[in-house]
Amino acid sequence: MTLLAFFLWNLAKVIVVTVILLLGVAYTVLLERKLVGRIQNRWGPNRVGPFGLLQPLVDGAKSFLKEDLIPTAVYRPLYLLAPILSLGCALISIGVIPFGIPHAGPGGVDLFEISDVHIGLLIILGVTSMGVYGIALAGWSSNNKYSLLGSLRSSAQLVSYELALGLSLVGVVLRTGSFSLRDIVEHQATRGIVTWNIFGGLQILGFFIYLMAAYAETNRCPFDLPEAESELTGGYHTEYSSMKFAMFFMAEYANMINVGCVATLLFLGGWTSPFGDLIGPFQSGLVNALLSLFWFVIKVFAFLCLYVWVRGTLPRFRYDQLMNFGWRWLLPLAIFNIVGTSLWYAFR
Amino acid sequence: MHVILFALFAVFCLAGAINLLVQTHPINSALSLIVVMTSLAVMYLLLGAEFLAAAQVIVYAGAVMVLFTFVIMLLNAGREERTRGSSVARTIGLPAVVVILAVLATIILHVQGLGNTSLGQGITTTEELSTVLFHELLLPFEVTSVLILIAILGAVALARVEGSSPDDAERTGQ
Amino acid sequence: MNFLTQPVPLSWFLLLSAVLFSLGVVGFLFKRNIITVFLSIELMLNAVNLSFVTFAHQWHAVKGQIFVFFVMMVAAAEAAVGLAIIIAIFRARGTLAIDRIDLMKR
Repeated sequence: MTLLAFFLWNLAKVIVVTVILLLGVAYTVLLERKLVGRIQNRWGPNRVGPFGLLQPLVDGAKSFLKEDLIPTAVYRPLYLLAPILSLGCALISIGVIPFGIPHAGPGGVDLFEISDVHIGLLIILGVTSMGVYGIALAGWSSNNKYSLLGSLRSSAQLVSYELALGLSLVGVVLRTGSFSLRDIVEHQATRGIVTWNIFGGLQILGFFIYLMAAYAETNRCPFDLPEAESELTGGYHTEYSSMKFAMFFMAEYANMINVGCVATLLFLGGWTSPFGDLIGPFQSGLVNALLSLFWFVIKVFAFLCLYVWVRGTLPRFRYDQLMNFGWRWLLPLAIFNIVGTSLWYAFR
Repeated sequence: MHVILFALFAVFCLAGAINLLVQTHPINSALSLIVVMTSLAVMYLLLGAEFLAAAQVIVYAGAVMVLFTFVIMLLNAGREERTRGSSVARTIGLPAVVVILAVLATIILHVQGLGNTSLGQGITTTEELSTVLFHELLLPFEVTSVLILIAILGAVALARVEGSSPDDAERTGQ
Repeated sequence: MNFLTQPVPLSWFLLLSAVLFSLGVVGFLFKRNIITVFLSIELMLNAVNLSFVTFAHQWHAVKGQIFVFFVMMVAAAEAAVGLAIIIAIFRARGTLAIDRIDLMKR
């Protein structure tokens, strides 16, 4: 019976987290439209609900009710598989991300993390690397030259930047000596902002490499070559309509949130407060738990705002510039970061 | 729990491997191989090899197979042609495969002293793995990096068309 | 409940590995597309890796797992060179069917 109860509570937790993530995705879209609007000196969506807050619901209903076109020349099995794969990979990573201090809920279930695994960081990297298939197959199965070009660009870009992304995280792992995301956060929790990996762990270079590689991994401006509207109409999702297009769209924003979560956990102290012990632990465990959740959400939100800010201000790279930047700058810098960090921890 | 996971992913493995043989289009074969590889990652987890499971997904499923799909997309490889194939393969190869499988299965089923595995038992941590790798096997590890470097150079030399690299174009342009 | 906590015998893993290896050999012998042949080789490598990990578990030997690690690295290098060769062949012959890549026979 306890096994059944355990299973049901975990199922409930997974459902709640997924729903919150999907809501987060919807409101990230709104945040982006609003912020980009203000950057471009206009208001953004403000008609539906107060301040346009109901806009995501209307957008969702719209994409759901549009006619679902499937062009005749597509290769159907893969054409249908691609958006599912894309969204699936984007949603799975949340399963290993801890959002707050361990807090036992009903049934002895840890409330603020779906599962605590030893190799959480590696699982996130693995799932990210599987995400390439969604885009590659979408472009290939659409049987359209714009889609194919978009997906070829995208596979090459994702594979190239994955190297720099993975290597930029090695410094953090060297400092902690563990792949567990909980260990990584707890290791930087001692003194607030000064012991966060970005400052105390001397990973500021690693953080910026991660930031740029993550922009490329999520196909965001200034590296949004796979869907460059001015050259490729819509890139890999040119032939997709209705809900299938919405799934790619949601996958992109869910990936943004994942990248924000990983950056927060690895470099910005996770759920710990930037003031360290100044706002000390309170008597009530629940208050501590909610406070940790608050800091985590604030950090991810700030990261998303940074994303949108970059999108609103920077122009798009050219393809050869993108490749040169990845291979000739980011990768050597990441290797330099690893060598420097290892020397520091070996001879300190 | 362990039995169910094993059965489920063994079925995925076998279905993927058989689908690899049955499909005529290379991209379908490549995707079924990805299914096999990710299911094998779960097998490694069941056997307590955490790091290898992650490496299997990242290196095999996430990098090597992306390369395969990339090449299939690039060459726009069509369906396989139906030919009779090699007669040597049919007359000697197939019986040989059956014999090998039979011998292996008999040996495996008859051998005594094979243990079993259950949840959370005999987990190899990344720490143990790296201790052995970087102390006892450091030289082979470094030699592999040289191997990979040579492989990269070889791949670049093989795949590029003579006189069409961007550097050549720049040089002739100046 | 008893069924749920029952351990899995290691021989099942070895059997699975043997079957996957044989399927890989069959694919290697009978597929006529050079990319699929190459995929079958990868399948065989994976099957062997599974038995390495199984034996590493049986003998509690970390070195078995490290061998798998080396096999993965060599497979990655092999895939890079092999696919480069396939691209070169496709450029020269315009086909991927191994029956037609018979220049040395004539």
